[in-house]
This record gives sequence, structure tokens and C-alpha cells, in this order.
Amino acid sequence: MVQLVGDGGDAIAPPPRITGRSVVDWISRRAEAVVIPLGAILVGIVLFGVFVGIQGHDPFEFYNLMYTGGFGRQLSIENALSRAAPLLFAALCVALPARLGLVVIGGEGAIVLGGLAAAAIALPLAGAPAFVGIPAMALAAMIVGGLWIGLAGALRHYRGVNETISSLLLAYVAIALMNQIVEGPLRDPASLNKPSTAPIADQLMVGNLPGLNVHWGFAVGVVACIIAWILIDRTTWGFSARIAGGNVRAAQIQGLPVGKLIIGFCALGGAFAGLAGMFEVAAVQYSANGSLAARYGYTGILIAFLARHNPLMIIPFAILLGGIEASGGLIQRRMGLPDATILVFEGLLFVLILISETFYGRFRIFNPEKRRAG
Amino acid sequence: METDLGWWAVPLALIGGAIRISTPFLFVSLGETITEKSGRINLGLEGTLVFGAMIAYGMAYLIGDAWTQAEVAAALAQGLPAPDVSARSYPMAAWLGVAIAAFAGAVFGLVHGLICSLKRVNDIAVGIAMMLFGMGIAFYFGKPFIAPAAPDLPSIPFAGWSDIAQVRDAFNVNVLFIIGIALAVFLWWAFRNTRLGLILRVVGDSADAARALGYDLNLVRTLATAVGGAFAGIAGAFLSLYYPGSWNEGISSGQGLMAVALVIFARWNPIACFWAAMLFGGTSALGPALQAVGVTGGYYLFNAAPYILTLGLMIATSSKNRAMAGAPGELSITR
Repeated sequence: MVQLVGDGGDAIAPPPRITGRSVVDWISRRAEAVVIPLGAILVGIVLFGVFVGIQGHDPFEFYNLMYTGGFGRQLSIENALSRAAPLLFAALCVALPARLGLVVIGGEGAIVLGGLAAAAIALPLAGAPAFVGIPAMALAAMIVGGLWIGLAGALRHYRGVNETISSLLLAYVAIALMNQIVEGPLRDPASLNKPSTAPIADQLMVGNLPGLNVHWGFAVGVVACIIAWILIDRTTWGFSARIAGGNVRAAQIQGLPVGKLIIGFCALGGAFAGLAGMFEVAAVQYSANGSLAARYGYTGILIAFLARHNPLMIIPFAILLGGIEASGGLIQRRMGLPDATILVFEGLLFVLILISETFYGRFRIFNPEKRRAG
Repeated sequence: METDLGWWAVPLALIGGAIRISTPFLFVSLGETITEKSGRINLGLEGTLVFGAMIAYGMAYLIGDAWTQAEVAAALAQGLPAPDVSARSYPMAAWLGVAIAAFAGAVFGLVHGLICSLKRVNDIAVGIAMMLFGMGIAFYFGKPFIAPAAPDLPSIPFAGWSDIAQVRDAFNVNVLFIIGIALAVFLWWAFRNTRLGLILRVVGDSADAARALGYDLNLVRTLATAVGGAFAGIAGAFLSLYYPGSWNEGISSGQGLMAVALVIFARWNPIACFWAAMLFGGTSALGPALQAVGVTGGYYLFNAAPYILTLGLMIATSSKNRAMAGAPGELSITR
């Protein structure tokens, strides 16, 4: 297993006495975790500006459109938040297993199957009231998503199968399974050119947050991130997971249930990803179809790494990426750039954020002990 | 003449598919074997494969187009009537496309290798990032090449004598397939018998031993990753220039990644890589072969067969407790 979570100085240590110096030290240690990713993003913005500029486009217009399309107006903010909803869940599917040093990249599969499960259980529940139907859809999505990623965790634990490869292979299998079911047993005969399941009943559709054109999935996603943070940072399970992620042998000698932790964290991540699919069905598409495989799982990987697998940091980065993706259409229309422009930008950010990992602990200003010693 | 082969068409299509579809698996897995022998893993080959497919197709098209126009211009300059260029094909342009894809793949590998040489940077994560970046940039530049037709790579009709169209199709063997076999044999020999092969293995098996011998670990690993990338670029060129033989954004659906898994199954042995690639090629042909004889029921599920096979092989060959036989000691994926 690999060390994914940086040692942010938060390992086992006695509670320090609060003094003026300790506050400054605390801030400068925390500042490192903010300044380095922001620096990487800034370098990415400059580099991509050069990339756009070389091809004869105006980089300032590009970023201006990105801002307008993603964050500049009420409408675009709502757009950004709506797109952030599935990304919050997808990122959790990467961040939770990462606590144990696992790199799970197949969240897309759990999203797709979660959406399918939600749409499937909505069929017999067409007459049920919302307070029964919607939780049932959410539960079905979480169970299926949890089983799917939990399987990758179980294969890792019991057979030593690399979870990165197996989870991505499972994602391809999930998409094939969804296509097969949507075009076969569950196909709505009325869906002609885009095979879909039958639309869910009206009362099972999930509406918008009060006063905003953003569906409830976003609020639930934020709550999920907070729950995940509490789990990781404030419970013994989270603490055990961090130990197991650092050193499996040590964790086993301590008698920690490494297998249960691995499978449990993977399954929980998968359950969250399943919820992303459920909200896509219940609040956006109103049926399960090929649009469920919309690459949310892959953007989620980037967000989790940007957030350094901290569930609370996932919230701002998911909104940021949601806004960037929301602006894609506008950039495409106004500047005539290909729709893959955002993909290149995201790929570049991903590479740079990984390069930035090498700079942790290298700058004196962020390391009080070194600063004083030097 | 067309003969109705009935169900015999299925095994024939599987053999043909194994020969046709295995080539990209073979090249990617040979490249990844070189990279992993040096102790690093490159999960980004899927992105390299897609980018290689795009650049090979685009360049072959542009070069072929330029040559055609030059021919017309030369004829007109001599006062001759313009030649009929509608049926012109330039295999040479396709081969240049392959070379450019190999070069581009090497650049991708070099970038991956250099980033992984930094301290505290995780090679698996960098692979995922390079995969997404490579696909993004391929789609970005590939838009204009989705419509036009680029020249094909030539193939050798080993069954040209046969009357049956399906038999002729099955044994139409691409030159790259033969080169791939030769490379597999050469690498198998070279890992054991050459100085370079020995350096690669020592760097991959024991960093301490390699350092003691005075080798620069990062240099060897970066170069090995660059060579691996070049192989993946060639594999991509095969996809777009021979089979399926066109460029579009869905040209690869995980072949690059499956090939990485295949290396583990093949135990880092180039000859075993060849057999594994044949197996994968045959499995990939299962869906289309059954569809051709009228079994259309589980089309999507049959197309998922290679992924399920990969998973099954990984489950069968991995082990929880012991290190895998033949695994390079420094490889993070097996630890």
C-alpha cells in the first residue's frame, strides 16, 4: 500500500499548551496545506493561459468566460452548485479509501449502478408516498454502490488484487451492465432514440433547495462530507484507518480489524457514489440512462487529490470544479474552443497538484522548528 | 465467394480477433513490462494509447493529403492533366504516423518518469493524472480528424489462397503484429542476456544493490518509462490506422489499463505477454463474433467479457500473503 495522506503534523502528540508562539506555529503549519495547492492551481492557470494564447485565443477572455459561466451570476452559481452535487459524492468515494492508503478510481461504476438501482426500485414504488419512495431509492443506490466498491476492497484484502485497476475494470463492467439492463429488461418502450428506464413517479422526484435553483443533492452532499470528516477525524474508526493506512503491520499487531476497515471504508465511499447516481436519477434525469456515465467519477478523483483527501476541503474544490465544468459550454460557444478544453485544464491541474506534493516540508516558513533552527 | 459457415464462424472470428485485436494489448504490455522491470508502474498508458491513436491518425492524414496535393501540383506544373488521386493511399504516411505516435508516447513517458523522480510523489496517482490529461489533450486536438480518412497500415494476406472470405479476413495479418512477436522474443532474450537488461532488472529488484553498483535509479527508471510510453504510442497508432481503423473519442475503452493488468498476469515475461494478449484479443472478439451469427441478446455483457476476464485473472494470480513470483522487488503495485 502507498502513503497517500501527507503527515500534516497531526499524528499522535500530546495536546500543546496554547501560547502566542504555538498559535503562530499552528497557523504556519496549516498555511502550508492551503498555500501549496493554491500555488499549484495558480501555476496551472498561467500554463493553461499560455497554452490557449499560443493558439491565438485571448487567455484573459478565456478566464473571464470561465468566471462568468461558473461563478459570475446567480444563474451560473446555481449551475456550479448543481454540478458540484455529484462531484461531492464522487470525491468522497476516493477520499475515504485513501485514508487506508488505497487508490480507488472506479467511483463512476458505483454512480452508474446506484442510479440504475434507484430507478429500478422506483418502478414498483410508483404509488408510494415520497417519504417512503425517496429513502428507498437512496437506500437501494447506497447498497448497490457500496457493494460495488466494497467488492474492490474485499478483493484487495482477501486476494491482494490491486484496487486501482480492479475498481476501474469494475466501472467498465458496471457501464456494460447498465446498458444491458436499460436496453433490455427495464427499457421503457417509449424511449426511442435514447434507451432509458421508465420515468420515476412525480412524487418521487427530488426538488430544489428553498430559494435556489439547485437540487437537494448538493445539501446532502455537503452533509455527507461533514459526516465523513467527523468519521475520519473524530472517531476511533477514522483513527484506526489512518494507522492502517500508514503501516498495515503495525495496525495488525495492535489488533486493529484491518480487513473490516478496508472493506468498510471502500463500501462507504461506494455508497456515497451510489447516492450521486440516485440524485442524478431523482433530481436531474428522472430515469436511468446512458447519461449516468457522465465522467463525474473521474472529476471526483481530481477533487479528492486537490483536497488531499480531507472531506471538508472537498466542498470548496467540488464547487470550484463544478463551476469550471459549468462554464465549458459558454467557453465553447463564445471562443470556438473544443469541448475537451476543460478536460485538458483539469488534467493539467491534476498533474501539477501531484507535482506540488514534493514541496511539502521543503519551505522553512511553514515549518516552525526548522525556521527557528535555521 | 461467400460461404455460410454457420457456427464455425465463431471460433474463426475468435482466432481472427485474437490476431487483429491483440496487437495493441501486446505492445502496451511489452512497454509496461520494460517500465515495471525498472521498478515503476505507469498507469497512464491508457492516456498515451488514446493520444497515440489521435496523433498517428491526424499526422498520417495530413502527410498523405500533402503528398497527394504535391503530386497534383507537380503534374500541373509540367503542364500535364491532373492525375486521379481519389484512390491514392500512402502506406508510408501511415508508417510516419506510427513513428510520430511512438515519439509522442515517449514524451508522455518521459514526463511521467520525471514527475515520479520527485520525492514523495506517488507513481500510481501520477499515472491516473496522466491518463486523464492524455485523453483530454487527444480529444482537444483530435476534433478535426474525426471525419477524414487517413491511409491504412498494410497487412499481409496469409490466407489469400482461401475461397472463404471469413478465412481470408481472419488471417490478414498486420505487419505490426509480426513486429510485436519479434519484439517479445527479443525482449525475453535481452532481459537475460544483455547489459541493459541486467541494469534494468537490478534497478527494479533492489534499489540498494543498484545504488551500490553506481547506477542512477531515476535516470534508468525514467528512460524505461519513456520506452514503455513509446510502445503504448505505437499501440494507439495501430488502433486508429488499422483496427478499428478510424479515430474517434471512444477508440479505446480501457485497453491500455487492461494491458497493465495483463503484465501482472504474464509475470513480467514478454513471451507470456504475447499469449496473454492473444487471449485478450480473442475475448474482445467474442461480442462481435456472436452478434455476427445472430446472437444479439447479451451484446453489452459479451463486450464486457475482457474486463471480467482481466478481473478473474487478477483474482486467480494475486495473493494476499506472498510476494508474486517474478515480480520486480521495487514495484509498488505488488507490495
